[in-house]
Amino acid sequence: MKIPDMRYIITGIVVFLVVMTFPFWYNIGKAASAPQVSLDTPRIREMAEPQCVEPASYMRANHMRLLEEWRDRVVRGGERTYVAGDGKEYLMSLQNTCLDCHSNYDEFCALCHDYAGVAPDCWTCHLEFPRESK
Amino acid sequence: MKIGAVGGLGLVFLPAVKGFAGSGALRDAAGAGSAVGRKWAMVVDMQKCWERGAECRDCILACHRAHNVPEIPDPEEEVKWVWTERFEHAFPEQVHEYLAEHLRDKPFLVLCNHCENPPCVRVCPTKATFKGDGGLVMMDYHRCLGCRYCMAACPYGARSFNFRDPRPYLRELNPAFPTREKGVVEKCNFCTERLEEGLPPACVEACPAKALVFGDLDDPSSEVRRILSASYTIVRKPELGTRPKVYYVINPGLGNSGGR
Repeated sequence: MKIPDMRYIITGIVVFLVVMTFPFWYNIGKAASAPQVSLDTPRIREMAEPQCVEPASYMRANHMRLLEEWRDRVVRGGERTYVAGDGKEYLMSLQNTCLDCHSNYDEFCALCHDYAGVAPDCWTCHLEFPRESK
Repeated sequence: MKIGAVGGLGLVFLPAVKGFAGSGALRDAAGAGSAVGRKWAMVVDMQKCWERGAECRDCILACHRAHNVPEIPDPEEEVKWVWTERFEHAFPEQVHEYLAEHLRDKPFLVLCNHCENPPCVRVCPTKATFKGDGGLVMMDYHRCLGCRYCMAACPYGARSFNFRDPRPYLRELNPAFPTREKGVVEKCNFCTERLEEGLPPACVEACPAKALVFGDLDDPSSEVRRILSASYTIVRKPELGTRPKVYYVINPGLGNSGGR
């Protein structure tokens, strides 16, 4: 049995495949390099040994989970103090603890979030503007 | 294909990342808020406020500055945590045509009553509004989806909806406190963030006439309990059974023996 419009069907399939796979072959070899976040803020410069609440490797992977835990404990539970893995105590506050050191939103938070293609909605209420160290 | 391989690696690593998240270094802090086991309340003596003069708005300004409450000129979209109402609006069931002149047209300071039996908490479909430590009626703005059931339920009009982004309407920004976003309801939080530091609410601290007194109802020696036992006090709309915790001292008029 002969399919009458074989030419058109084949052409259509080829065009479809080319268009669908366009993003893949267009981006081959153009992998975006990982962003280099800046830790150069007044507060961090003041520290003899720059140290985040938890180790940097943990924070890099899990800061969003830590922040969610903080959020629930502060807002729902009325707790304010976080005891870190090394025993140090911190005020659980995105605005007053995290962003006090990381006061460079554009070179820190935004850089990675853009790279990862995520848009957390923290900043609609919590203030992301750069602040002078108090 | 290179990209496919990278994607495949992601699938391999993802469960490992999730595993770390659960067992991480997070632990419970022993710190408990100072509000635990208390029942916070406020007593308002408007006579002291009026004697100060009508132009004083220190309490309102202090509150709105501390909590980044916007000043929106359109009264239909305004946001307020503490404001004034005339007697007949604050206490509509107590009004009659021969009401004493020293009460009738005077402004009364009103705010969220942090009811013992809060109707806003009952109607909230997401538990964004809840009763927290110290009997405070709290809001979790992360959970608020802007349905405004709480606004309909609150008999005191103590809740405001953000019809628009509040940030352009802030006179000054308090960097220590968040703002709200378009589409959430907000209200007075009795300065829970200050109570946890052992400070009185911002309005109480700002009042130059000491017309606002804040304290623990469960402590028989507290100043609020002392005033409540010594003065005639009323609450707003007691017939609704919400059991408000903001009390108003009603003084006999000046040059008036109060009927005695």
